Amino acid sequence: MPFKKRPDGRSFEELRKVEAKVGVIKNAKGSAWFKIGDTEAYAAVYGPRNLFPKFMQNPKKGILRAHYNMLPFSGSGDRIRPGGNRRAKEISFVTQKALEPVLDLTKFPNAVVDVFIELPQTDAGSRCAGITAAAMALADAGIVMKDLISSVAVGRVEDKVLADLCYDEEAYEDGPVADIPLAMLPSTEEITLLQMDGEIDKDMLLKSLEVGKKAMHEIHKVQVQALKEKFGVGKNE
Amino acid sequence: MSELKIKNKDVVVPGEILATGMEFLPSYGTYREGDKIQANRLGLVQLEGKVLKIIPLSGTYIPKRGDTVIAQVEEILMSGWRADLNCAYSAVLGLKDATSEFIQKGADLTHYFQIGDYIVTKIVNVTTQNLIDISMKGPGLKRIRGGRIIKVDPYKVPRIIGKQGSMVSMIKTSTDCRVMVGQNGVAWIQGEPKSEIIAEEAIRKIESESHIAGLTDRMKKYLEDKTGKKIEDREPRSDTNAV
Amino acid sequence: MSNDLRTHIIETLEKGARLDGRKADEYRNVEVTYSVTKNAEGSAKVVIGDTEVIVGVKLAIETPYPDTPDNGNLMVNAELLPLSSPNFDPGPPSIQAIEIARVVDRGIRESKAIDTKKLCIKKAEKVWSVMIDIISINDDGNLFDAASLATIAALKDTKFPKVSKDHEIDYKTKTKDSLPLSKEPIEVTVWKVGDHLIVDPTPDEEKGSDGRLTTASLSDKELCAMQKGGDFPLTSDEIGKMVDLATKKAQDLRSKLS
Repeated sequence: MPFKKRPDGRSFEELRKVEAKVGVIKNAKGSAWFKIGDTEAYAAVYGPRNLFPKFMQNPKKGILRAHYNMLPFSGSGDRIRPGGNRRAKEISFVTQKALEPVLDLTKFPNAVVDVFIELPQTDAGSRCAGITAAAMALADAGIVMKDLISSVAVGRVEDKVLADLCYDEEAYEDGPVADIPLAMLPSTEEITLLQMDGEIDKDMLLKSLEVGKKAMHEIHKVQVQALKEKFGVGKNE
Repeated sequence: MSELKIKNKDVVVPGEILATGMEFLPSYGTYREGDKIQANRLGLVQLEGKVLKIIPLSGTYIPKRGDTVIAQVEEILMSGWRADLNCAYSAVLGLKDATSEFIQKGADLTHYFQIGDYIVTKIVNVTTQNLIDISMKGPGLKRIRGGRIIKVDPYKVPRIIGKQGSMVSMIKTSTDCRVMVGQNGVAWIQGEPKSEIIAEEAIRKIESESHIAGLTDRMKKYLEDKTGKKIEDREPRSDTNAV
Repeated sequence: MSNDLRTHIIETLEKGARLDGRKADEYRNVEVTYSVTKNAEGSAKVVIGDTEVIVGVKLAIETPYPDTPDNGNLMVNAELLPLSSPNFDPGPPSIQAIEIARVVDRGIRESKAIDTKKLCIKKAEKVWSVMIDIISINDDGNLFDAASLATIAALKDTKFPKVSKDHEIDYKTKTKDSLPLSKEPIEVTVWKVGDHLIVDPTPDEEKGSDGRLTTASLSDKELCAMQKGGDFPLTSDEIGKMVDLATKKAQDLRSKLS
């Protein structure tokens, strides 16, 4: 049976419903909430602050630490045992690398900026939702950064290139599938996160990148609007 | 062709294009990328002639020599105290900078400052690695007793203080509270319980509304409504240049 | 801790108010929202002032403990997320988180709020496990009471998932069946500052307090779990007053659950 229609009725390059809010966690220096379909992420930024252990300190600039975590009740199956795992560690690491290129922490030698990403509910695309929320939280925290980072997963199911895969599409079994989480600087379209699992050829990969860029510009609009809405801008426009 | 993409006082986000063409000049909080000028942090645009800069709306305090700050003593050292400055770096208060008295070697330093104490202090030195020295020698520098400590965004401190201290003195007169605002975003309020609450709420209101024009008039009305006391205009003032 | 803070809290209370203007026995605004996350079998969010807690309940079919072969399992875990406060660090649960989880656990277990016998599917082989996770989103004081209230709300919200004949769970399909929840133990923590008793403290008030007593009580004012905390001892007289205040306030909180 060829893949002709997405299970939730979206067109191939259409995102799920996207919502965002900035300034959701009072204790944090910066914070944001981002929801795409049934995937939901909170991000909170603390710092720049004192960094321990000392050997991690960089005397030239502050460092970023990202912490990605799925809450125990966030998955569609069994409870997730808290305390982190290899998957969460790797995602935290690529999240950090996706965000670092835009940050300027030279004013904060030896210090750390911590960004905590927590997911109360997931349905595919959770690392991308986390990165998108984290970028808003970093901006809200007043961190010097030359751009935001916008993130989305794209992929292929059979001969179709799709934006923002949901779980049922990732798990499609009747033909070849590829899942490609992406992140980029919206102003230059440079890619800061690229992972892929599945089967894809180079032409289709490049086509996926183009579909991804379009989708990430959509995400970027939502980020900008949420940041401005915190200051009462654009609510009645 | 140069073109301005925003209006003065707009809220902009990192990466947002403020202007194209070579006619405009990037200043604080902005950078040039090709023929574009973009924001590198969240804030309000300030356009001064052809110069574009950003007034940040949030951020972490960066210690500067000469700043008066409110710090909290966190550790007693061999020859002084370590104090938290509400930022990524702590500061050291040496014995000779702590008081005009001579402190004997081996004296009980808790006699002067204890862990947890808040002090109004001045930053006298900051190294490139942000090692910081503070001093208690100067007018108004002292240990704080009583009252409440609140934390505000350091980038809102200039608005809370106001031009020549006009805003903070309006809060003080109207609420009869003693108020001190450190450059590091730590503020101290002391007065009658009800007045302290009004003063704190006034500061919170400035913090959340500082980017909206007409702040001084709004705060005047707010304080008059809350205290039931009329505030006399000391001099005609306008908000046009203040950000 | 700055001793000034405690003195200032007491002086202000002596003038009849708290630092934020509330009365000693006054809570901040309390809001309960149900079904806040769809992959949990039940969930709720409780907001008290700027404090925010989410509780999610997951159900699973497991083997019972050998000493209770015809009873379902109950587990309560709390995570004080570093996202929610600069004072919380990443890593294994702190003693603070463990204490919150254990007191909530005792309130439910000891009051027999959940009829665990009804969670038995096949004696000594298959029972339902009820796994409760308490998560802090923002800590602005009084996590104890927020955690307890959110837990009861999440349990009320919980629906069993569909189960096949061979006891495979279909998590995507919820039934209309609720948990066998017959009682609602509600915790209220009363804090002592000098000679004053207050509820629903801010972080400053928590720091400036001498002691606390958490009391979980039922709608008939029966007590089902208690926990004393803080560095200072309490007299019987004080305990009596704290229990009175806790049971009275628990009724107010219970009314938020409808």
